[in-house]
Amino acid sequence: MIEGLLIGLQTAFSLQNLLMVIGGCLIGTFIGMLPGLGPMSIIAIMIPVAISMGDPSAALILLAGVYYGAIFGGSTSSILLNAPGVAGTVASSFDGYPMAKQGKAGKALTIAAIASFCGGTIGAVLLMIFAPALSSVALLFHSSEYFALMIVGLSAIAAFAGPGQVTKALLMTVIGLILATVGEGALFNMPRFTMGLLDLQSGFGFITLAMAMFALPEAIYLVLKPRTPNTDGGGEIKDLRITAAEARSIAPVIGRQSIQGFFIGVLPGAGATIASFLGYAVERNIATKTEQDEFGKGSIKGLAAPETANNAACTGSFVPLLTLGIPGSGTTAILLGALIALNVTPGPRLMIDEPQIFWSVIISMYIGNLVLLILNLPLIPYIAKVLLVPRTYLIPFILFFTLMGAYIGQNNATELLLLVGFGICATALKFANYPLAPLLIGFILGGLLENNFSRSMQLYDGVSFIWERPMTLGLLIVALILIVLPSYRARRARIAGAADGDSI
Amino acid sequence: MALDRWIALILLGICLLYGYTAWFTMDGSLAPFMQRNPIWPSTFPKVLSILGIIACTIILLGLEKGEQKMGDIDYRRLTDYKLGQALGLLALMVAYALCLRPLGFIGSTITFLILGSFILGERKWLVMIPVALTATLIVWYLVQEVLGIFLSPLPVFLR
Repeated sequence: MIEGLLIGLQTAFSLQNLLMVIGGCLIGTFIGMLPGLGPMSIIAIMIPVAISMGDPSAALILLAGVYYGAIFGGSTSSILLNAPGVAGTVASSFDGYPMAKQGKAGKALTIAAIASFCGGTIGAVLLMIFAPALSSVALLFHSSEYFALMIVGLSAIAAFAGPGQVTKALLMTVIGLILATVGEGALFNMPRFTMGLLDLQSGFGFITLAMAMFALPEAIYLVLKPRTPNTDGGGEIKDLRITAAEARSIAPVIGRQSIQGFFIGVLPGAGATIASFLGYAVERNIATKTEQDEFGKGSIKGLAAPETANNAACTGSFVPLLTLGIPGSGTTAILLGALIALNVTPGPRLMIDEPQIFWSVIISMYIGNLVLLILNLPLIPYIAKVLLVPRTYLIPFILFFTLMGAYIGQNNATELLLLVGFGICATALKFANYPLAPLLIGFILGGLLENNFSRSMQLYDGVSFIWERPMTLGLLIVALILIVLPSYRARRARIAGAADGDSI
Repeated sequence: MALDRWIALILLGICLLYGYTAWFTMDGSLAPFMQRNPIWPSTFPKVLSILGIIACTIILLGLEKGEQKMGDIDYRRLTDYKLGQALGLLALMVAYALCLRPLGFIGSTITFLILGSFILGERKWLVMIPVALTATLIVWYLVQEVLGIFLSPLPVFLR
């Protein structure tokens, strides 16, 4: 591990990569602050830039920097404007916005930054400990286990989608997998489902799909429903200092939530959003009575808990990506797509074949957190000015960058028409409350899933690998339980509720 | 019928079409040596089509109960929102896609940015034009020179 760390330090401290971290964090904060633009859209927009750099470590460092920056920027806008840019920072606005209204915006931002820093750093330490261990286990996996593991990942994402949403998330995953079968498969070299169109021969571009699923619907939402400018509280940011007593009171919160958030982040499907809400709820429950009354009215603990948890969860979500090559969230799915485009396949071999990528990403996580704390925090009052850009300029530029991203990726104008078409479909799906992240994760995993499936089918000359390999069978059973359990519990709750005659 | 079930109906149609292609049209053209393989190019799509059809049916019949939560926007009252602007911008994006090659990058992008602001209600031409011009030139320079991706800048007839 020491050797790995040294390789990581060497790579991450090259001038180019340091600039990537700083640049990524700044860009992420800048755009993440705009309400309505989440980290997924920002990363999707940044991907063409990252891919054209050609160096996978630099690209991953840049994208990871953008990711933390976006989360940080999202918490800034939820504290200052009560307009969270990201679902993961909604819980931060419960206590952050009341603090800003009391004129303590500066203090709230500092607490948010320190909490994010600690959450991210402790998360990175845990990542450093757990990822190598997990990846040495993962080296024992065969293609059939990978196939089963991906099924578990996909069904976990559906299972965590929330009550009444499981089938929808499942359907979206299947649609994503179906979209992934368009074009030539790696194993067969024969065009499938192209409807005779030459433009579809190489399949749908993943950047196009990522933009169409996230950036475009969010932009259309911004057009349809302009957010009313919210001027109270956002104006003055002063006095960024916190007292020693405050620091002492939030320290245990940060410690607990870093660990809890990290492990929630590792689970596929349960990302920063669940971690932050759960962190908030847990801290409220274990706080003393007087502190409990403050929650929701500007409690510093109530702000520190979700902030720590969501950053730790972001770091945690890198564990399955880097060790198994299976993304657990929309954001890491986009990162996986970018890595595949750069000819790097994340997985247990990553640490052995290209240790510099693995370790430099971990080291850059520390640097990124440090950058956010010492560089971005003092700049926040100036960066917050971006909130003043009128939407008449902002929206055309967002749309333009979306188009540019899809165009640069493929250098093909047909891609732009596909982008608009998919974007309209995605907006309709969003109207009807269909979750969009499973579609993209399904799309990105589709190729890998089919390849591993075909390989195991060929090795075992049929589907017998399912029962001949106990681990595969076990994982597939876990996947089945994950799908069936939520609906079974919902049904039982409904029956019990009907018997008791009250609705919960 | 609510929108989510209409969408499920449409997706069911797509899955049926996809399933028909996978089950009945793909295997005929398979090379003989491939037919002895345990897995065919159509195997995975066949499984997917069945899963898709099952999921669509469950949503369509409303078998999975859950509270109906409303998103940010109520699609039943779309006309209350700025629907015209959204449609205008989408049309503009299609036009941009069609014009990018014939008109060149610089011309079409400047027009896109200015018309985009115009659709959203901006009328300060003195701000709009310089902003669009500088942004276009900066982006073109970055993509062309820094990233090294060719973007044809000029219209067809000037090239």
